[in-house]
Amino acid sequence: MCSILGIVNENRKRLSAKYIVEGISLMNDRCNGLGGGFAAYGLYPEYKDYYALHILLKDFELKDQVAEMLKDYVNIYKDEEIETRNVERISQDYIPWRFFVDVPERYTSDADNYIIDLAMKINNTGGALVISSGKNMGVFKAIGYPDEVARLYKLENYKAYMWLAHGRYPTNTRGWWGGAHPFSILDYSIVHNGEITSYGTNKRFLESYGYKCSYFTDSEVLAYLWDLLVRRHKLPIELASEVLAPPFWEQIERMPPEKRRIIEALRMTYGPAMVNGPFGIVIANGSGLTGTAGNGTMVGLSDRIKLRPLICARKNGTTFMASEESAIKAVCKNPDNVWAPHAGKPTVAMVNGDV
Amino acid sequence: MEMYSSVPEFRVDIDRQACRLCKRCIENCSFGALEWRDNKVKAFNDRCVACQRCVSMCPEDAIALRRTPSVMSAHPIWTENARRDVFTQSRTGAILLASTGNELHEQVIFDNLLLDACQVTNPAIDPLREPIELRTYIGRKPRFVELEELGDSLRLNTKLSPALKLEIPIMIAQMSYGAISVEAHEALARAAVMRGTTMGSGEGGLHKKLYPYADHIIVQVASGRFGVHPAYLEAGAAVEIKIGQGAKPGIGGHLPGTKITDEISETRMIPIGADAISPAPHHDIYSIEDLAQLVNALKEATRYKKPVLVKIAAVHNVAAICSGICRAGADAIVIDGFRAGTGATPKVIRDNVGIPVELALASVDQRLREEGIRNETSIIASGTIRNSGDVAKAIALGADAVKIGTAALIALGCTVCKRCYTGKCAWGIATQDPELRSRLDPVEGAQRVSNLLLAWSIELKEILGAAGINSIESLRGNRDRLRGYGLDHTTLEILGVQPAGS
Ligand code: SF4
Ligand code: SF4
Repeated sequence: MCSILGIVNENRKRLSAKYIVEGISLMNDRCNGLGGGFAAYGLYPEYKDYYALHILLKDFELKDQVAEMLKDYVNIYKDEEIETRNVERISQDYIPWRFFVDVPERYTSDADNYIIDLAMKINNTGGALVISSGKNMGVFKAIGYPDEVARLYKLENYKAYMWLAHGRYPTNTRGWWGGAHPFSILDYSIVHNGEITSYGTNKRFLESYGYKCSYFTDSEVLAYLWDLLVRRHKLPIELASEVLAPPFWEQIERMPPEKRRIIEALRMTYGPAMVNGPFGIVIANGSGLTGTAGNGTMVGLSDRIKLRPLICARKNGTTFMASEESAIKAVCKNPDNVWAPHAGKPTVAMVNGDV
Repeated sequence: MEMYSSVPEFRVDIDRQACRLCKRCIENCSFGALEWRDNKVKAFNDRCVACQRCVSMCPEDAIALRRTPSVMSAHPIWTENARRDVFTQSRTGAILLASTGNELHEQVIFDNLLLDACQVTNPAIDPLREPIELRTYIGRKPRFVELEELGDSLRLNTKLSPALKLEIPIMIAQMSYGAISVEAHEALARAAVMRGTTMGSGEGGLHKKLYPYADHIIVQVASGRFGVHPAYLEAGAAVEIKIGQGAKPGIGGHLPGTKITDEISETRMIPIGADAISPAPHHDIYSIEDLAQLVNALKEATRYKKPVLVKIAAVHNVAAICSGICRAGADAIVIDGFRAGTGATPKVIRDNVGIPVELALASVDQRLREEGIRNETSIIASGTIRNSGDVAKAIALGADAVKIGTAALIALGCTVCKRCYTGKCAWGIATQDPELRSRLDPVEGAQRVSNLLLAWSIELKEILGAAGINSIESLRGNRDRLRGYGLDHTTLEILGVQPAGS
């Protein structure tokens, strides 16, 4: 059991952290204080062309080591400690640091993969964890209830047009900072409620595409799967969702021939990417659909027999996706409409306009 | 010189009070162990193979078979079997023949693997209420799917390779017409049709009677090339090249001329009465590039419409060999473990050559993944699959599907008497004798094999549901859902499985 919440304004109006924190805190009974976190998009308009690396450091000495490593691969434009305050119940296991970097000229054609490789390398050193690596966005997470984590990171100082939040109740692995959600890779972040029974299959499938799973938790594979399907293999969001939560063969057989051929091909090719077990997820993407750079999306999806809740609402160009309706109502008294998405069918909220 | 080696292994006990002298048992014993003497049934125990035919045919339940109490003094190394073999060979000066699978190694790794189930944090799925899918496609899969936007619609730009569509991940293995009867062949083919899976023709061609089921038959091309012709290749659902089999890696086959009846002669395309000899190697395959040529030739011959499978015995270097086979263009690789059954094999080869399918499967799956080519071929495991638990474990280790041979024959009535090589199968399976063959009704047999496959499918769904999985592809290669119990560290490492409790 976990709590998830996503809020996005399609006109890129930047909202203060107040809403996301209040909403997620209402669901504190769905988590146990062993992990909370947030992803925010539109965080760094003044550095929007740089990759913002949020890195958790086990100790202060590591900072120089990581900086040295980074210098071998990228240009560091700026780096600083991510400000925190003391929160009684949270022990500061890590020092959060942010680096704004760009990729040397000769690698820019494949900059995204370059950054992913770099992030995986840093994660492998032990002691340092890249928790987000996209542009104009960042992840904040720790062990604690979500509201405590928000206070720790002084989230009241940030504004974003798209927010994700997660409260964790770890069931399959221990609670640690790295294991808290969101999981993020480049511009994608994901919050997940559920337990992935196909984890071993998904993990080994991803490994053959060069991904390394280093957070000891099943949710991590979701971020990589999404990256593989949407960014690398350029599948439209609707079809990437059909890979994670595919229609049953019986349903596929009833589809019109052209659609059927496509869905069959997807199931045959991406069978090992199917996510089994109960899940409700919200995926945020800052750079949007392939070919529509600059736009962002938020996608809500449940497993194909909907064993985890997911509820959506809209009000004046703002879309909410949450584990419970109460969380939405806590920050938006009278939504224009509220709906429960169908099992395995994505709800997509698009962000308009340029950054 | 008759030594005590002739102490019979079994004893036929006939309850004289119950026996009503109907002689049915005598008619039914194809091994000549029962005869009519002095107005009663007399048993020649040394000829009895414990096939149970008389027991099941006796209307009075008057017969019981017993293992003869040992008269030899016990010795842990010089077991009775070891001594018996030496006695036999000192008499015959010949290779010991054997049927079915390895008898020397009793440990089955499958039995030391435990499956997982959901509790609390995750709901188990009830297969009676929710759909659970077993459908499996065997064949090469693309690495990614490419779509093109055409106005409002999408066009699929990725061409899919031909694949076998199976409703269950359980196939019936390759057993040749010649080794088994046409009735057995027909029963297996009908069962494959009934359950949406495939059976193998074996290396002896396809009897005319079998052609109506050919779209559920994988036609085999082995070193003897028996019965291979364009219509045969054309008819099958897929083509399988047999390089080796688990019960006799590196050994060819020999069907004696006495078994080459007119029908078998026609099907195998060899003269009546001539020995059918399958050479140990394919004489046109002395290396991996030769295999690639045969794979391509067969694809060409079937106009790239059918998957081509390659079957090998699990031998020491199986991972590297399979990588080569995959790169030679095989759409699927069948790995036959050292416990696989057969109609006839030298006993010394059966019991001493090859490795367990569990280890072979795990290392091949891992190797192909490391090389990034796992999607290019399917892996089919065979040799030891005794129940649905074995099926689930093989799939979790990385198999796309499994094949069953002995289990399917047992469903037809085989009692594992291990005398297939004699051609006297009392159940009409491993025989060409018309009287014995008439004991097997293909329709009834098909129903029994189909029942078995159905029962295993239902059990597989229970296993998946308990693990919180509603489609077989999420179990495939999911070694996280296995734990080893009583296995040593190295074995666990090769299997890629954690020990129970961790
Ligand atoms: S089948 Fe049974 S009853 Fe008939 S002769 Fe044999 S032992 Fe006696
Ligand atoms: S097929 Fe027939 S001869 Fe072979 S083991 Fe089974 S019962 Fe015995």
